[in-house]
Amino acid sequence: MPTIDLKTAGPFVALLLIFGIGILVSDAFLSAGNLTNILARSSFIGIVAIGATFVITAGGIDLSVGSLAAFISGCMILLMNSLVDTIDSPIAIVLLAMLASVGIGAVAGLVNGLLTTRAKIEAFIVTLGTMGIYRSLVTYMADGGTLSLNFGIGDVYSAVYYNTLFGLPYPVWVFLAVAVIAYVLLNMTVFGRHCFAVGSNENVARYSAINVDRVKTATYILQGVCVAIATIIYVPRLGSASGQTGILWELEAIAAVIIGGTVLKGGYGRIWGAVVGALMLTLIGNILNLTDSVSNYLNGAVQGIIVIVAVYLQRGSWRKH
Amino acid sequence: MTATATSNPIVLSLRNLRKAFGAVTVLQDIDLEIRAGEVLALLGENGAGKSTLVKILAGFESVTAGELLLHAVAAEGNVRVDAHWQQARAEAEGVILIHQELNLVEQLTVAENIFLGHELTRGPFLDKFTMRRLTREYLAALECDIDPDTPMHTLAVSAKQMVEIAKTQSKQARVLILDEPTAVLTQKESQVLFALIERLRQQGVAIVYISHKLDEIAQIADRITILRDGTLVGHYAAQDLSQDDMARLMVGRELSDLFPPRSSTPDYQQCALRVTRLLVAGTNTPVSFELQRGEILGFAGLVGSGRTALLETVVGLRAAARANTGTLEVADKPVVLRDLATARRHNIAYLTKDRKGSGLLLDKGLVMNFSLFALSNYAGLLIHKKQEEVALAAVVDAFDIRIKDANVLAGNLSGGNQQKLLLAKMLAAKPSVLIFDEPTRGIDIGTKGQIYQFINQLAASGHSIILISSDITEIIGLSDRVAVMYHGDLTGILKDDEIEEHEIMRYATGLKSRQQIPVPIQRAIG
Repeated sequence: MPTIDLKTAGPFVALLLIFGIGILVSDAFLSAGNLTNILARSSFIGIVAIGATFVITAGGIDLSVGSLAAFISGCMILLMNSLVDTIDSPIAIVLLAMLASVGIGAVAGLVNGLLTTRAKIEAFIVTLGTMGIYRSLVTYMADGGTLSLNFGIGDVYSAVYYNTLFGLPYPVWVFLAVAVIAYVLLNMTVFGRHCFAVGSNENVARYSAINVDRVKTATYILQGVCVAIATIIYVPRLGSASGQTGILWELEAIAAVIIGGTVLKGGYGRIWGAVVGALMLTLIGNILNLTDSVSNYLNGAVQGIIVIVAVYLQRGSWRKH
Repeated sequence: MTATATSNPIVLSLRNLRKAFGAVTVLQDIDLEIRAGEVLALLGENGAGKSTLVKILAGFESVTAGELLLHAVAAEGNVRVDAHWQQARAEAEGVILIHQELNLVEQLTVAENIFLGHELTRGPFLDKFTMRRLTREYLAALECDIDPDTPMHTLAVSAKQMVEIAKTQSKQARVLILDEPTAVLTQKESQVLFALIERLRQQGVAIVYISHKLDEIAQIADRITILRDGTLVGHYAAQDLSQDDMARLMVGRELSDLFPPRSSTPDYQQCALRVTRLLVAGTNTPVSFELQRGEILGFAGLVGSGRTALLETVVGLRAAARANTGTLEVADKPVVLRDLATARRHNIAYLTKDRKGSGLLLDKGLVMNFSLFALSNYAGLLIHKKQEEVALAAVVDAFDIRIKDANVLAGNLSGGNQQKLLLAKMLAAKPSVLIFDEPTRGIDIGTKGQIYQFINQLAASGHSIILISSDITEIIGLSDRVAVMYHGDLTGILKDDEIEEHEIMRYATGLKSRQQIPVPIQRAIG
């Protein structure tokens, strides 16, 4: 297409605009340290938002992602701490924990998926329920306090968050890889096409011989795995987990997805939109941190305004596709 | 009935009405006068424009061109209202339409439904007591014994229809429009309804009545207006028309004009699909039939006779009854069709009658819609978008789908083009057994002809076709054999000379049933 669809480009334009504001507001903004920091921090929400793009495109919603991230963090830390005495290699322990993380994420997604499709409970209710369950479980596991990762393992594992490849931290590469794979999956495969169809009109999907339940369940599993991947790169950052871990991630992820142009009621989704949305939300927080003119406490308010304005500007734009 | 009725005052009239949906004109040059205290029957084939016309009268659809006049109670002061005739205004003026598809809130009770939108109050509170009492009175007038507190969803369809009719009594109706009210009523319930219509007529209410049952029209109508393909055939006094005249004026053309001659005959040695004692959920009688290779097997029956349920069960879109022990054979091999994907693997495709709700993704473009049913044909690990586009271009050409630009959304196509796209979508899977459910519902006559051509060509090239249709001329014009259903039961399979409107209707209304009377039926009745 030679013509540029302004509405498709909208999120990118907005990102550039906010980026420009960042340059104007603070000299420190453009420093390499700050920029890689922004990228690394946005990778958590970004990866979760990529998963959420599948769920929302297929007409669902998952509110449990933040709690699930906390729960997986807790499980990983408990698992690694318990393996310290039995397995010598810290790398082996970390790899095992990563594997467990993906397993838990997938199973949690499967549970959300089966409850919505088989038990026919609304996704909002199901994931509101699991959200409470995971949050409470991690609080219980930490006995109301904080779970801390064994220092020896923490030293090894911290490389995953802090080490760099070609100047970029590992999480940024993971983020990019997840985004590319997700883009291909959503836009170029039969499964992705089915996600669009199911979200657009479930009945039509059913009459087109699509197994609607299976597609929906698969999106929740994908979401769970994305949460697991985000958690894998998040745990080494702090080396701890508590009832406060991952709080409000679900809302930030959904916000990123919507800012990016995915339609909340389903049928149309954009992976790069979610990536841009996540970058935008992190940028806003970063800029407010760097400037004194607006209090950092107003971060949530600014993000909220951005989400509302973004949706207002995009209203009806998805019809074009 | 009474010839004097024609001198009654006019309540509502149309002059030179034209109605178009996008580029498709569905009504043209319509003049109509609706008079107080008379029953005006609207007659026409499916798709003739009756339902659209009454929706315009009741303010559900806007007028494209022409005049809609509301006549004052005193003979003077007619007002042209076409530009701002909305449903609320129409209802306030006493023009009330009872839809073909009932318009009731399933979760509310009978009384709540009857007073929905104009609830009676006592101070700030609902006056439930009075509403219940009035509801009971309205229903009693219909000899209908339903408790006002019954939740709507627990009622049978005929009872719901009665509630819908009772609802009109809570409003001051001047014009009452009934769109096929007896389609779901029993003979006895219909007679009760006619008594009510007569009572309303004597009170000076104008009744506009749509029905396909010509004997009903003969019984209750004062005047008859006939539509054909969106134009007016004429206005007639009821006593001047026999039922034969009505049918002739409705169709208005020889069937051979529309239906191309069959260029092939079925191969009765090869069975494409054999259904043996299949028990559909919610029915008690198992159903058996065979479809031969190259055959067009029509499925006739009244609305709600269970044709869609039967065929959707066959292809695995619906679960069969728990007690089902029936079997299915495709090309003489036993199969179990658990879901539509399995049916597709056995080369069976099903074209839904609900084009907009179940057929096409209205907010998506042509490519995505076209390839959705047979996507694996256009994909390996990844979707081959080029192949999709090439295939679509071929199909747009072959099916004569008229589009202004390739990026148009399916929802913006005309009904006829949507139907062709849907047809192309199922054919993309290269099926050998095709089940068409109302393939020409709501599309213009030109496209209908094209679709009949396609169906004929498919049969000629060895496809086996099941054609469900409520358009009896379509069934007669296309089918090799006709299966007729009544109340979920397959009452007979007709062939050759038996394929004739009246005979089909006898089976469709349960007057005749092959299963009960095996041999000399023809002589017994006709």
